[in-house]
Amino acid sequence: MYINGASAISPLPVFDALNEGVRFTEPEGARAKVSEPDYSKLIDPKLIRRMSRIIRMGVATAMDALKQAGLQQPDAIITGTAYGCLDDTGIFLRRLVENQEEMLTPTAFIQSTHNTVGAQVALMLKCHSYNNTYVQRSQSFELSLHDSRLWLTENPDHSVLVGAADELTDYSFALLQRFGLFRYHTAGEGAAYFVIQNKAADSTWAQLKGVRTLFRPDAAQLDLIMKELLALAGGSVDLLLSGERRGDPEGENYKSVKQVLGAEIPVLQYKNYCGEYPTASAFATWLAAWCLKQGKLEHEGLSIDRLRNVLIYQADAAGYHSFILLSHVKL
Amino acid sequence: MSGAVYIAGRGAISCIGKNVQENIGALRRGEAGIGAIRYLRTVHANTFPAGEVKATNEELRDLSELTGTNSRTTMLGLIAAKEALTEAGLWEGGQLKKTLGGRSLRIGLISSTTVAGMDLTEEFFPAFMANHSAGRLRNVYQHEAGATTEYIARALGITEYINTISTACSSSANAIMLGARMLKAGMLDIVLAGGTDALSKFTLNGFSTLMILDQQLCQPFDQNRRGLNLGEGAGFLVLAGEQMMEALGREKRVRLSGYANANDAHHQTASSPDGTGSFMAMKGAIDMAQLNCSAIGYINLHGTGTQNNDASESTAIHRLFGDEYPAMSTTKSFTGHTLAACGALEAIYSAVSLEEQILFPSLRISLPVIEKPGVVVQELRRVSGLQHVLSNSFGFGGNCSSLLFSLS
Repeated sequence: MYINGASAISPLPVFDALNEGVRFTEPEGARAKVSEPDYSKLIDPKLIRRMSRIIRMGVATAMDALKQAGLQQPDAIITGTAYGCLDDTGIFLRRLVENQEEMLTPTAFIQSTHNTVGAQVALMLKCHSYNNTYVQRSQSFELSLHDSRLWLTENPDHSVLVGAADELTDYSFALLQRFGLFRYHTAGEGAAYFVIQNKAADSTWAQLKGVRTLFRPDAAQLDLIMKELLALAGGSVDLLLSGERRGDPEGENYKSVKQVLGAEIPVLQYKNYCGEYPTASAFATWLAAWCLKQGKLEHEGLSIDRLRNVLIYQADAAGYHSFILLSHVKL
Repeated sequence: MSGAVYIAGRGAISCIGKNVQENIGALRRGEAGIGAIRYLRTVHANTFPAGEVKATNEELRDLSELTGTNSRTTMLGLIAAKEALTEAGLWEGGQLKKTLGGRSLRIGLISSTTVAGMDLTEEFFPAFMANHSAGRLRNVYQHEAGATTEYIARALGITEYINTISTACSSSANAIMLGARMLKAGMLDIVLAGGTDALSKFTLNGFSTLMILDQQLCQPFDQNRRGLNLGEGAGFLVLAGEQMMEALGREKRVRLSGYANANDAHHQTASSPDGTGSFMAMKGAIDMAQLNCSAIGYINLHGTGTQNNDASESTAIHRLFGDEYPAMSTTKSFTGHTLAACGALEAIYSAVSLEEQILFPSLRISLPVIEKPGVVVQELRRVSGLQHVLSNSFGFGGNCSSLLFSLS
């Protein structure tokens, strides 16, 4: 599978990366908001005003990825989101409590359903294709990729638009902070969409070689998956994009993955740039594809001039582990 | 990538019964479970009738054998999931059977939900709104859709593959569809697929703002319909391929022979007047099974009772079948609209229609949307030679899915 279009909106301003490149800067403070681009080139301004933030960033990255791949209509639209449309959910809940279930208006409710982003993309494209939304916590994006792979196995000539979106709101920030999620690390959010096809094209960013998800695995299962992925990568990985956060309670898991990859493995902790949120691996996939498209990486003491294989790994306290393996494509 | 996918086990809980047998009994007797709201605390309790599962949260906790604070959605889901596994012979002595004939089984759970733990979030929210450090955190842990599935998976001991779909009212039809695709691709040996949704103030008020709730008992697929009644419940199917059915010692009776997912791409909540998405979903499922429309003997309709859905769905059916209508009815006149659960519950009812050669009626019909005599089933009907049944689930966001079940 090849990534033939990739677009992300993140606290790190990357939406215009194809023109402007990427300047790595870490967000400051406890809470990182996405850096929103000028949407008007991609979406009718009248529509933008009616969209919530998660819908805007989802739809914009979807349109951008399609444009890069020169595609009018995908054959499948697959979206991952852990929290769904939190802003509208919060608005409707607040009004429900304040007005004691009376005199409510439908707009927030309509936009609160988890499938709104995928639905709005379909609506904008007038696209009647297969459309699905996965909501399995921090694996929502990986399971969307998983379905994309299955879809392309069933329909080898098809094009899949796959992505993920999650937004941070005042309510969710306050709540997740109480769970201790942001004790050492910045809270984040973001959206990313990709066009995935079985054939490489001029617009190819990278090859997507493998996606693996695990729930509460034991050490032997993790080890087995790592060996499989290493074999897929032809024996070695050049860069680990690690979901490890500052003060991460899952530090031991990250350590053992690094050990399998070799003590000298260069590591980039992607949540330093996008903040902590459940579908951050979609941003990591964008970043891995970006680095592989350049074929090299110069960054904060890392200097890799021949970048061939990048592995993304994340693990969380609930027991979800996932791996995404991407490779360089020589065009 | 081939092979048939069969139903190896079924589990259902809804306002018409706490297991499959009770559900089917009520359908046979023509007894709806919709009435004044008794369990959900809402100011609309006497305004909008709903199909509540007839049990308090404490009773559901005992039935599901869960401990601690759990969403009603989680408990309903676990109850139906265990029943389905038990029928398939995969739940013995309170444990999941993970090996069969010395071979370890790859068992996946694909659930679906629209509200997840919203029932608990609603309890949490007033205190939290007033003061962000107030409210018990255990009441929000299951807010995430995926968390309800995770709790079900943990209670069942499923770790191989866990996933949740949320595509509004088509959610569990899509869960069943993904399960079948994964089995055909050889990714799993057994799939437990379905959906669960509890009634919540959030959905009740949401549907109320859309002005699509009926203040009386709903009359879906009637020309004088006024809207829908919400329901709640859960449905799960155990799906397995041919070899696994044999290994389980299950009779290969009902097969999922076709499925399709299409998007209406018309409006966030309304269906298109010409029923594009519904048409494509039904046609896709029939095409996959390589059947002619005339082979379809019965449709378990999405049939919510709203002006919009029933008009759009009947138009799509007319476009596809012309005047050669199969028999059809909507069991939502018994259960109310159970949102994420309806695709799986209605899949179970459809399978029973095939096995027992009976069609369950649409209740309270005075003037059917399709006037041709006998098309909209209004009384329990015994049939013979019923081979193929279509089950429709269409949702917000234009998400339309149809499942086609066939008798082997």
